[in-house]
Amino acid sequence: MKMIKNAAGRMVPSEVNGVEQIPFKGIGKYKPTGNKAKPPIRTCADYPADGNKIVKDLKTALKKAGLKNGMTISTHHHLRNGDVLTNLLFDTIKSMGVKNIRWYPSASFPCHEHLIQYLEDGTIHHIEGSMNGPLGRYTTEGKMKGVGVLRSHGGRYQAVQDGDVHIDIAVIASPTADPFGNANGVTGNAACGLLGFALADSEYADQVICVTDNLVPFPCVPWQIQGNNVDHVVEIESLGDASKIVSGTTQITKSPDRLLIAEYTARFVKESGILKNGFSFQAGAGGTSLAFAIYLKEMMKEANIKARFIRGGSTKYLVEMLEEGLTDYILDGQTFDLEGVRSMRENPNHINTSPFTSYNYHGKGNFASMLDCVVLGATEVDINFNANVATHSDGYLLHGIGGWQNCLASKCTILAIPSFRDRIPVVVDEVTTVCGPGELVDVIITERGIAINPKRKDLLKAVKDTDLPITTIKKIKSEIDEICGKNPAKPKLNRDKVVAVIKWVDGTLLDSVYQVVK
Amino acid sequence: MFKLPHFDKLSVTTLNLLIKNRVNDMAQIKKASAGKLGDQVRSDCFIEIELKQSGGLNIDLKSKVEVMFGDQIRSLIEKMCTFFEIDNAVISITDYGALEYVIMARFELAVKKLFPDCEKEFLPEFSAKNKYKTVKERLRRSRLYLPGNEPKFYPNAGLHKPDAVILDLEDSVSHTEKDAAQLIVRNALRVVDFYGSERMVRINQLPLGLDDLKYIVPNNVHIILIPKVETAEQIIEIHDEVNRLKKVYKVNNEIYFMPIIESALGIINSYQIAKASDKNCALAIGLEDYTADIGVQRTNEGKESIFARSILINSAKAAGIQAIDTVFSDVADMEGLRESVIEAKSLGFEGKGCIHPRQVPIVNAAFAPTEKEIERAKKIVMSFEEAEKKGIGVVSLGSKMIDAPVVKRALHTIDVALLNGILDKDWRREL
Repeated sequence: MKMIKNAAGRMVPSEVNGVEQIPFKGIGKYKPTGNKAKPPIRTCADYPADGNKIVKDLKTALKKAGLKNGMTISTHHHLRNGDVLTNLLFDTIKSMGVKNIRWYPSASFPCHEHLIQYLEDGTIHHIEGSMNGPLGRYTTEGKMKGVGVLRSHGGRYQAVQDGDVHIDIAVIASPTADPFGNANGVTGNAACGLLGFALADSEYADQVICVTDNLVPFPCVPWQIQGNNVDHVVEIESLGDASKIVSGTTQITKSPDRLLIAEYTARFVKESGILKNGFSFQAGAGGTSLAFAIYLKEMMKEANIKARFIRGGSTKYLVEMLEEGLTDYILDGQTFDLEGVRSMRENPNHINTSPFTSYNYHGKGNFASMLDCVVLGATEVDINFNANVATHSDGYLLHGIGGWQNCLASKCTILAIPSFRDRIPVVVDEVTTVCGPGELVDVIITERGIAINPKRKDLLKAVKDTDLPITTIKKIKSEIDEICGKNPAKPKLNRDKVVAVIKWVDGTLLDSVYQVVK
Repeated sequence: MFKLPHFDKLSVTTLNLLIKNRVNDMAQIKKASAGKLGDQVRSDCFIEIELKQSGGLNIDLKSKVEVMFGDQIRSLIEKMCTFFEIDNAVISITDYGALEYVIMARFELAVKKLFPDCEKEFLPEFSAKNKYKTVKERLRRSRLYLPGNEPKFYPNAGLHKPDAVILDLEDSVSHTEKDAAQLIVRNALRVVDFYGSERMVRINQLPLGLDDLKYIVPNNVHIILIPKVETAEQIIEIHDEVNRLKKVYKVNNEIYFMPIIESALGIINSYQIAKASDKNCALAIGLEDYTADIGVQRTNEGKESIFARSILINSAKAAGIQAIDTVFSDVADMEGLRESVIEAKSLGFEGKGCIHPRQVPIVNAAFAPTEKEIERAKKIVMSFEEAEKKGIGVVSLGSKMIDAPVVKRALHTIDVALLNGILDKDWRREL
């Protein structure tokens, strides 16, 4: 394996898990040619005319799907930390004696710690998806056999569509499904809102298995997953723990410092002129983002301003804005609480989306770049505005990339983050891992002030005469150096062992994650 | 029966030494700890020192920030051991991201538990940013209480822009943690940037509070809040002790006092209290204790305390100092807070205590003059200035005569409006 310096100045391997890689070439520079991947042609002759594709259990379905050593199996993460199916799936694969699976989830959660035993015994060869918590620790310590590949939600769709990743079998947790394989996420015990992350899988995989704990007679409406793409339907007792799939209440931060950041962010959006009739924004479900949405809502009411659309992760706070007429639409990628699920079920203006519509970079445009502003978090940012969401300052993989990379395409990307957490600096001289190139990060808002990317002269001018606490990223950094201590040491990394790679939204390699030496 | 082995083989000197060591063993504690331990602890640490006879220093550090600051923490501990002449010890540290000055305070406390007579202080460097002074008369709309033994609240407190921060050694600190809070507050005064907020410390009730003074007087405390004051003598006692300490530590800057009156007796004596020292800059009222003292429930309307508040305001004004209101304790009720400030302002109070940073902007804004007040003040000042230019002695605005106190009040309103950022400094040009 050779290491190459890419356009972001980072070293990346020439080859990952035996596949040749393209190093990051710069924003919008890599333009592949050729055709998309082609799923196999099927014929109705091979499927039951009465539409009943039910098989008796998961093992039978996997057998019929031709499960073999070394295959790629995909799952989605709409069931979040309540997911029971993925663990059951790999218990079944293990019981069938199949080895060396490439697991291709749209994200993993702490509940998947259960799978470490299958990484150990060779059932799973490696993970291409987010590696959180215990899986992140396992991977970073160099214990996984293959190299982890982290992609954004859009990048995951792109990889499937472009044929970078071929899914042999997609296993789709379906909160409601019919025997034909139509499925949705708005009803049933495991209702999670929508199934957008499984869309690419259902379209491109060789074999598609819908697993449900709420089987209804045909037709299951609405059908976000179309039965015409589905090979087998399996009924099991429970897909997961509903209370962990969506939380009953999403918590706004109580931290006065985070509230201050949220308030600065809302004021910035207002005073920079982004807040106007027909505007759009996206904010996540983190405590600071929620508080931002609440401050913004007050400002919208005061100024009598209505948004055209808000992009979710939806929560009850966004739902309230929709129901109070402060936005025409919620375009939702995933629902975080029960109110979000209810609204999606009942309100025709609460629309489900997918990584294809929202985030895929190899498409004819996507929604992310149309957003007037987006408010995101980060584990680290540096003085060149590069940002990290995947690793912690100690070198360990901590989070997936999610839609974060894709959202950087918005007209104004704001990172709303504390300048340090306990004694851990968030603003650093150089990020541990580059997940987002600095040229796409427009504003960094901390409790110590607002740093605007010098490249955004328009934004600097827009807020020049306001009393917003405008500062520079270097000033923030020197302030927290005073507080936390100068020259924090860097983690000891084994530069000869890449344990995971960070893909950019176009499938090129943006950065490498190295083994941590203890 | 205790039996000395091989008695005959030991020299007298050795025997003496043995006995001396044994006495030391019994008198001296070998193990002491300080700080906080638990899953919920943030930005703090727990340090245990066990003295040994030999073996050098053995530092066992478990830190959330091991990768970034592990080596720096270990070298700090070594430096402190040298300073306190600890040569042989096992030192265990559980660190939850404590800043350096916190580690220093925790370690020093553990040392002082081992050596109660130790007078040495391990002082972090006094930050140049913390040398700013205060003046007797300045805006004191909001003063934010920070519990003395909770350093996690310190670094960002000033960012919420309270007119003052209060590092509290009194009611927010449990009796077992008083010594811990003294060191944290001392170090915080030296190190933490409060971003221009006035630096207040609430000491303990006398006589305990007298012992607090040596930790704060040398470290640029601006205002000392003296709780539960009932007599002028108590203020004089503090005044004299502060003056003594200022000489000892060669402190030149002014240190002012804010007596807090929290009892019926204190209210009755409030004028004498206000006049007791020329260093008094304000009188504050504490209504939780006051209502308990007179045996009634504290209500939101506050009818039960109207007498006390009026007396206190009158005493303060008679003595030429500020009157400061109590805290509003429902941190979720921002509208209630706003109303309470507007009422306090209408009575004559100039400031209010805050127990949560989010109360600060509400309090600051509610103490600000209203648009109507500002407009009137502008007209008065302009008319007065014009009359002065023309050399006219008596000025009137409409049918009302403008005399010196009216102008004084108008100028004050303008000043406060400017400080609140609701009036442009070039307001004269706009007229």
